[in-house]
Amino acid sequence: MDMKVAKKLGLKERYTLMTRDLAWETTYQPMDKVFPQVGYEGLKIHDWDKWEDPFRLTMDAYWKYQAEKERKLYAILDAFNQNNGHLSVTDARYINVLKLFLGSTPPLELMAARGFSMVGRQMVGAGPRVACQMQAVDEYRHFQTQIHSISNYNKYYNGMDEFAHQQSRMWYLSDGKSFFDDAITAGPFEFMVAIGFAFEYVLTNILFVPFISGAAYNGDMAAMTVGFSAQSDEARHMTLGLECIKFMLEQDPENLPIVQRWIDKWTWRGTRKLASIGMMMDYMLPKRIMSFKEAWEIYFEQNGAALFGDLERYGVKIPKCFAQTVEEKEHVSHQTWIGFYMKPDATPFHLTVPEPDELDWLSSKYPETFDRYYRPTLEYWAKMEKEGKRFNNRTQPMNCQVCVSTIKFNEPGDADETCFRESVYLGEKFHFCSDHCKDIFDHEPEKYVQTYISSHQALQGNCANEGVDTNAPDFNPGAHIADYWRLDPRATGDFKGSDDEKNFAAWRAQATKN
Amino acid sequence: MAANAFIAFQKNEESRCIVEAIVEDNPEAIVSDQPAMVKVDVPGRLTIRRSTVEEKMGRAFDLQELQLHLITISGHLDETDDEFTLTWNA
Repeated sequence: MDMKVAKKLGLKERYTLMTRDLAWETTYQPMDKVFPQVGYEGLKIHDWDKWEDPFRLTMDAYWKYQAEKERKLYAILDAFNQNNGHLSVTDARYINVLKLFLGSTPPLELMAARGFSMVGRQMVGAGPRVACQMQAVDEYRHFQTQIHSISNYNKYYNGMDEFAHQQSRMWYLSDGKSFFDDAITAGPFEFMVAIGFAFEYVLTNILFVPFISGAAYNGDMAAMTVGFSAQSDEARHMTLGLECIKFMLEQDPENLPIVQRWIDKWTWRGTRKLASIGMMMDYMLPKRIMSFKEAWEIYFEQNGAALFGDLERYGVKIPKCFAQTVEEKEHVSHQTWIGFYMKPDATPFHLTVPEPDELDWLSSKYPETFDRYYRPTLEYWAKMEKEGKRFNNRTQPMNCQVCVSTIKFNEPGDADETCFRESVYLGEKFHFCSDHCKDIFDHEPEKYVQTYISSHQALQGNCANEGVDTNAPDFNPGAHIADYWRLDPRATGDFKGSDDEKNFAAWRAQATKN
Repeated sequence: MAANAFIAFQKNEESRCIVEAIVEDNPEAIVSDQPAMVKVDVPGRLTIRRSTVEEKMGRAFDLQELQLHLITISGHLDETDDEFTLTWNA
């Protein structure tokens, strides 16, 4: 019997049938009531069908490929764990980069999942709605796989078990929290520019590409496979962000100034968020592969120039912070590590002054700045450590009201001066790390007066567990904040002399000797 | 000169064939090997042809399988059943 085989549909037809054709115009309620948020940011959208999704990924193909990625990922994680893979990392100091990375990132992935679920619900067109839905599921997957990856390390090393509690409370996690809180409380299009464009397209390469490649170089197959598995979704996310920008700009020329302001704002906010990635690359990977400065040049300056050169045809200008970030690439990783080193009682990961050969590496990668501004401080601190007088700054830091970084960056053009800015709003003074953060505040002060700043909250007596009398005359906020954070004292302080150092040496000896 | 479009993959047997196909179809391709990954830059326009990848792999290949190995891209994307292209200043 002859069977007639239907011709397989092409990619474009399949995408149209399974995405666009599944949407409909509502009749019981008007469309603007069903999608109430798409208008209030001031953008003019005339034709949602003009939204392109170049990947043309349909839901059935999405599940198929994501399932394949998960199978690969968990096979590698199992093998790594079964083989005591944690003992094959270059050096136990490496574990601290995981404590920082995997302790800070999963809650942000969860916020991204929530954000894309909310934004997907608000998008009128079926194209962006489906793409947002896929991205929400991706972000939830990253949240879960990162926690599964921490789980094995958490059996052996201190300081990894309270990241969820610490996320909304600890000083150094506030920059990421504030970044996502700001994005998720904005309108749907601003969220897309914040996360989809500025973070995913312009900046995420710095986070995942050289850093995860660095994890691989340091023998950490678990973080590498989780990172690369997450990154395999990012190309799709980047495409969504870029399509959103093009869509907004093509819909109406009046959208340009709104979009430009968001690009300026979020490129800067993302840049500040990445200062800690710089520190991880330059100071926390025992085997270094690329300096933060080099990564910035490849993935931000060159790639950004290509992107913004291309977007010029819409009238988009390069983000106004661009030149400042180029100047700062010589400084931020050093300033950030110095900022962490001086707070040994306030992080669930260990700190070190780099070894002499590591200082030489930094000198060679930063010939213009490292020897002149930063090496003398680090060498002085190494000397103090040897004399048993480890430097410890016990004061509360001053934080930027917008990015919540501790104020530690230099005045543009003058590396010897700290940059301070301030604005007065309703009679109260607010402080900033930079002109760009001040501009963001001045545009929406009513939003940023609500920022959670750990040092302010501690001084107001809000960071103590129940039973502590915060009104007692001798109340010292610093004495209670570690309990409030549930900070494991074994996880704080210097790497030298830590449980991690002793245990790793003992376990590695057991694994290699009889 | 046009800016570089680029693509990066996790290093494995499949991506080795994909990179070979890119190099064959894009004579200006610059391949950079990095720990655990490989990045390919091409000025202006980077094209991945299904037929060339199939030749290198010796089996049928769906371009959407690229998603399993992708790390990052740069450029405007267009994807059909036969070609995956990234372009700047098109």
